[in-house]
Amino acid sequence: MSKIQMNTVTLIAIVGMAVGTYLTRVGGYWLVSRFELTPRFQAWLSYVPGAILVSLIVPELAKGGPAKWGAALAALVVAWRSGNILYAMLAGIGVVLLLRHLPVFA
Amino acid sequence: MVEDNESERAEFSRKGLGAGVRQSTPIALGVFTYGIVFGVLARQSSLGLSEAVLMSASVFAASAQFVVLDLWKSPLPVIAIVVTTVAVNLRHLLMGASIQPWLKRLTPRKTYGMLYFLNDESWGLTMRARSNGENDAAFLLGSGLIVFIAWISSTALGVSIGGLIQNPARYGLDMAFIAVCIALLAGVWDGREDAVPVGIAALVALVSSVVVSGNWYIIVGGLTGSIAGVVRDEYV
Repeated sequence: MSKIQMNTVTLIAIVGMAVGTYLTRVGGYWLVSRFELTPRFQAWLSYVPGAILVSLIVPELAKGGPAKWGAALAALVVAWRSGNILYAMLAGIGVVLLLRHLPVFA
Repeated sequence: MVEDNESERAEFSRKGLGAGVRQSTPIALGVFTYGIVFGVLARQSSLGLSEAVLMSASVFAASAQFVVLDLWKSPLPVIAIVVTTVAVNLRHLLMGASIQPWLKRLTPRKTYGMLYFLNDESWGLTMRARSNGENDAAFLLGSGLIVFIAWISSTALGVSIGGLIQNPARYGLDMAFIAVCIALLAGVWDGREDAVPVGIAALVALVSSVVVSGNWYIIVGGLTGSIAGVVRDEYV
């Protein structure tokens, strides 16, 4: 594949992401300005993000080893206690580094 | 009567804009930090500087951008990337819906322009400011702008220094994406009623990641889990 072709595909992907994301940003405002959202639809919307996120996390973790499992647990605990994405990320990175340096997991 | 109308009308002024910027600066610093990590990881995938910055400026959705980096392999699965992005960002619908009463009195141009900058952090801060008596809708714009600036500049910085990092696993950076997703999951977790959709999604995603090739397990798990939640609400 030529370089230009590759860049075109990349550009299409980014534009698709941008348009899709903008529609989610204005969509909620637009919908409630015009329609009454049914409780069922609202419930479904509220379940999607958690279901998507866990679908990303679990198969990825299943491929990882004990060091990643420990780090995931640390990130979860810190996220739970602090509600701060940055702290959770730093905890995950810190613990995975720590565990990888332990002889048991090396 | 006129007085009532006036007090109901959301203001939109430079003062509110400034308040949004000021009160969001600490959070923007946090965004700046994980923006650097995003940039470093983007560099490890095939994204160049201009592509990563273009993505951060036009998509401006940290979680979705982290998520698609995982899919960013040649040949690019464009449909999976766009569908996953929209799915991860569906939460914006709820945010936009919740903020609608505050924005409906602005001109459509202002509203639809401002909503471009809607993000998790700014939404949370804006709802909090509003419940504390803030009556100026420009607060959301100020908050969104400072987070936007932090996100783009840190992406550029991360991509630039990313070239110095040969093996991200050595610095634990391969854990950054999962940790961010876990933190986002903890953030959207709404109590025991989420156990069914999240549990079913986890199970279905795990099985389909083994059975189906590609990255479809994300959408399959997300759809099955969220529909399972609705079915549980209706019939159990």
